Amino acid sequence: MRVDKNTGSRIGVLWRRYDIALLGSAVFIAILLITILASAVAPYDPMARDIKNRFATPSAENAFGTDQLGRDVLSRVIYGGRPILSASFTAVISALAAGTIIGVAGGYLGGWLDTALMRLMDVMLSFPSILLAILIVATLGLGLLNVTVAIGFSMVPVFARLVRSIVITLVYEEYVIAARSLGASDPHIIWKHILPNMMPPIIVQASAMLAVAIGTASALNFIGLGVEPGTPDWGMMVAEGQRLIFDAPHVPLFPGLIITITVLSVNYMGDGLRDHLDPKLRHQDI
Amino acid sequence: MIGYTLKRLLWLPIVLWAVSSLTFLALRIVPGNPIQTIQNQVMDKSQLAQVEAVWGLDRPITEQYLNFLSKLLRGDLGLAMSSGVPIRRMIFERMPPTIELAIVSLIISTGIGVLSGVASVTIRNRAVDYCVRTASILGLSLPLFWVGIMLIILFSVNLRWTPTSGRIGAGVDYDVITNFMFYDLIATGNWEAFGSFLRHLILPGVTIGLTSAGFVARLTRSAMLEVMSSDYVRTARAKGLYERDVIWKHAMRNALLPIITLQGLQFGAILGGAVITERVFSYPGMGTWLLDGILERDYSVVQGGIIFVALAYVLMNLLVDILYHIIDPRLRHSSQ
Repeated sequence: MRVDKNTGSRIGVLWRRYDIALLGSAVFIAILLITILASAVAPYDPMARDIKNRFATPSAENAFGTDQLGRDVLSRVIYGGRPILSASFTAVISALAAGTIIGVAGGYLGGWLDTALMRLMDVMLSFPSILLAILIVATLGLGLLNVTVAIGFSMVPVFARLVRSIVITLVYEEYVIAARSLGASDPHIIWKHILPNMMPPIIVQASAMLAVAIGTASALNFIGLGVEPGTPDWGMMVAEGQRLIFDAPHVPLFPGLIITITVLSVNYMGDGLRDHLDPKLRHQDI
Repeated sequence: MIGYTLKRLLWLPIVLWAVSSLTFLALRIVPGNPIQTIQNQVMDKSQLAQVEAVWGLDRPITEQYLNFLSKLLRGDLGLAMSSGVPIRRMIFERMPPTIELAIVSLIISTGIGVLSGVASVTIRNRAVDYCVRTASILGLSLPLFWVGIMLIILFSVNLRWTPTSGRIGAGVDYDVITNFMFYDLIATGNWEAFGSFLRHLILPGVTIGLTSAGFVARLTRSAMLEVMSSDYVRTARAKGLYERDVIWKHAMRNALLPIITLQGLQFGAILGGAVITERVFSYPGMGTWLLDGILERDYSVVQGGIIFVALAYVLMNLLVDILYHIIDPRLRHSSQ
């Protein structure tokens, strides 16, 4: 890559290489900010009813129209990212942490521990992930927290296997062998040599998993396993909007559209990260 | 080849034992049981205890577990606790609709995905490639349930081409033989019912098909990109073969491997995971049945359903592996 001293043209070069990825990241950050600042951004109270103004089609007052109780759909969409996005972030970060511990333990220590851990991960992966998540929610009970646990749990094997596969190659790198022969302790080698070198693929995987988590969280809220009915939430709004397909099709339209835009922006961001951090995969597109 | 298949088949009972034991435990970790959930409102304590005794829920958990395993070995999946209907009968009712849905959606996703993936590599036009890549990343970003509802609004509510829910029209008469309607209705020559059946199946099929075509297209594109620059494709061209034959006979055979893996896994996932789509279309398949069972904590339904789904999933994986060996001669030798 050409090196520019001028920052302005460096951004220009980045933009030409990663235009859609940067656009995706910008959109995703905007959605995150709007969601966090919902109370300042939303034009109305998402729970405020106005029965006289029910089923209103999109207009200047209600940009996305109103639902069966006359609540403003735009305001509900703005608040509606909170349950799904907080659940998805928490789930992915927890799965990443747990998966890294399991993967490093298995890959670095090896032996029967490695075999046992990886067979366990195989059993978890042999379930369709949505079914595993539903079974976990059924065991723990309904609610957003349990949906978060379920999604996180079902993603642990993905991270564990990835981390293990990287660790077993890093263990034989010359700089690791050199560190060991100089008398470095295992925690030191893991912390200073193994962890930093496995960050790029893990970040790429985490962004892909974030897109999956947002989709799964909205699906679980859609079938009623997560938030309470009536909560402003993208998945729940689509579920409740399905009853209005004859009277007010705009009610399920907008929350679903915003889920699509969110997941799409995360996917583009992930593709860009992969191209930037892992040039080997650049043309592979899987 | 046969040895390999046998070795894999030997694993099957072990996997099934693990899955059924995990399910058995998961359901019983939490306090309370289905009888208390279902009958709590109408029965007093002594009546509850009586019903629990009938289902054997008053025994120690180890005894329940051994009892469950010995029945399972004899192929007895028990009765549904909420309705008293035998699980085997419910699987006969619920499995065929889901298999039909899985087949239709796989045909749609493979058709769209492979064609567009091949087009983006072989038609040397940046615009085509760009469109396919954008459409496929969009496809895998769309939430399944929302696509289903949008299709209902478009085709059922506005155009009135298709019904909004169910498997077949309410007033339609038909005979059940295998409960695979695709076979039953053709075998009995019941074309009116067949039309109604197809109109009910098409939207759920398109919903799953469209949302998974993106994966297939991306995978086909990357596999074809790799294969098209390989030596034997250059050789095939140098021999003067038609480009059509080079693409579909030489390149495709090698690009097929990852596609078959993906679709095999997808088929297994649909069998148990079509919960969302079935829910949107009130489609009477395994997914809605299992979801209701899980929500009611009906032990027998969840155990029977999950064991069956796991069986289908594992068999599907095995089938994929065998197909793999048939398509790729290199693997045939390495496994011997």
